[in-house]
Amino acid sequence: MREIKYGIIRGMSESKSGYNCVVCIKQVPDTKKVTGDAMKADGTINRAALPAIFNPEDRNALEAALQVKERYGGTVTVVTMGLPAACEILREALMRGADKAYLVTDRKAAGSDTLATSYILSCAVKKFSPDLVFCGRQAIDGDTAQTGPQIAEKLGVPAITYLEKLELDGDFALATRDIGTGVETDRVRLPALFTVTEKYGELRPADVKRVMKFKKAKAPAEKGAAAAAGLEIGQLSCDDIGAEAERCGFAGSPTNVNKIVSVVLAGGDYKEVAPTDEGIGALVAELVADHTIG
Amino acid sequence: MATERSKGEVWVFAEQEDGVLGDVPRELLGKGRELADRLGVKLAAVLAGDGVEGLAARLFEAGADRVHLIDDPALKVFRGVAYRKALVAAIREEAPQIVIFGATHMGRDLAPAVASELRCGLTADCTDLQIGDYTDKKTGEEFKNILMQIRPAFGGNIIATIVNPRNWPQMATVREGVMKPLPAQPGRTGEIVRHGAGLDGADIPVEVVEIVRRHSTVNLKGARIIVAGGAGVGSKENFKLLHELAAAIGGAVGGSRAAVDLGYVEHERQIGQTGVTVRPALMISCGISGAVQHLAGMQDSAKIIAINTDKDAPIFKVAHYGIVGDLNTVLPKLIKAIKG
Repeated sequence: MREIKYGIIRGMSESKSGYNCVVCIKQVPDTKKVTGDAMKADGTINRAALPAIFNPEDRNALEAALQVKERYGGTVTVVTMGLPAACEILREALMRGADKAYLVTDRKAAGSDTLATSYILSCAVKKFSPDLVFCGRQAIDGDTAQTGPQIAEKLGVPAITYLEKLELDGDFALATRDIGTGVETDRVRLPALFTVTEKYGELRPADVKRVMKFKKAKAPAEKGAAAAAGLEIGQLSCDDIGAEAERCGFAGSPTNVNKIVSVVLAGGDYKEVAPTDEGIGALVAELVADHTIG
Repeated sequence: MATERSKGEVWVFAEQEDGVLGDVPRELLGKGRELADRLGVKLAAVLAGDGVEGLAARLFEAGADRVHLIDDPALKVFRGVAYRKALVAAIREEAPQIVIFGATHMGRDLAPAVASELRCGLTADCTDLQIGDYTDKKTGEEFKNILMQIRPAFGGNIIATIVNPRNWPQMATVREGVMKPLPAQPGRTGEIVRHGAGLDGADIPVEVVEIVRRHSTVNLKGARIIVAGGAGVGSKENFKLLHELAAAIGGAVGGSRAAVDLGYVEHERQIGQTGVTVRPALMISCGISGAVQHLAGMQDSAKIIAINTDKDAPIFKVAHYGIVGDLNTVLPKLIKAIKG
């Protein structure tokens, strides 16, 4: 993917051309702010009732990319897959310092599981020939942490997961990552993909001038007036990125949801158990029945 | 075709670091044994590394019938690209019907990449696995003896059962500490099947420069059930009730920073931002008010029972079950109910 090969000499050539970074971001329902019943009567998630936010660890991923740009030069492109409403987080990314933003939106993408999502995103990411790809470790709606490593596999680049620190030297990255039982430092040849956790640090605040400028940025699919010149959010369909229809959406998703049970009462809405033998006995019986204990 | 693939083995990825198997492979083999017996197929562990053949004995003792051994110097330390290639080759060769991984840092790095290359489904962070039948509501197609992959989702607000009926193997990662290992059966043996890693001349663009391990003797992270206490426990003496409950339920004991600072419990048992982050199947929180720093280290627990005298304590905000009451009367009742 990397077209410009840097020599082993550090310095001018490196800082002049910089690194091409792509960040995959997602708009998610704020699962920490679930109020009322999370489920609709038909058993699907009531997303409409929830505020939609910029996935927390994707914010850290954007910060990692902005730091690369700051230290070594280059560009930061953000990509999201979703409905036109997801442009909200693309605008926010532009206000925080991203150079370009793209919305991948297509009816064919509906119902994508992580395999199909990673395929579609990998097709989009490929278009930008990045040196570094950043993803949040996981999104708070699914918590799978699968999309990042799966995009990397499809791009044919290594995935460096749980990134904590990153330094670049020509064609190589020195990446420090959390391995659960400790900390590991890897020397990685670029291009590579990195998944980022909150340990990387908060996303920088928006710049006032950028806020004024980019609040008018729009994708063609969004309702309302067209964006002013230079403020277009790029819009890509599955055809635009060369994604094969049979690998997208429902067709490209091997996993099916068999059953969903709303078990947890949300937002402080816990189940009250009486501090009596009866109440506690019923609680223990419930925990045995749902395989938590026993 | 269907009958052929239903003969495939159940595989467990036997993760090792520095030639040491953690608890996770034994936990997975415990659940894997149940699945394999239900399906009437062999249970196998897939063991990758460099010079790790000696670990096979422990896997047989933990329930494996076979060990698929991929021994190669290129697999000395975990590198996602190398492990993925080796594992994908072995899966293609042997066609297991189910492959399960621990939802550890390694498992959550490796399993998605393997599933991506094989283009099969993968369910993350399961808290239970079962065998059952599935009917596709759209097509009416019926599938017998499918892996039911059960996991919390949507911030823990729902429990979803996921199936992957068509693109086999059926793959899942399983939350650490959730499945129960079988008692070790000393002397139990099995068959070792050797596989090449297929890495000769492979381009692995990652070199591990340094690994710094954290050392701890208390394994809170791996605990399936944790009983944690805070300042509200009141004394070191009262903390004995928590140890008693933990023993009765088969769990570990942890504490909030306040409990550690008060000397009720050792520092290595501290749960929270400055201690360990845990996400057990069950957290029983006793006399912990629920400072944000503590919640950050435990709110991903699958189930949280909060016991506190203050009904307005923040801990109830993350709790699934709340008991407003004095732990000195509540805990004995809980212990009694569990023992009963």
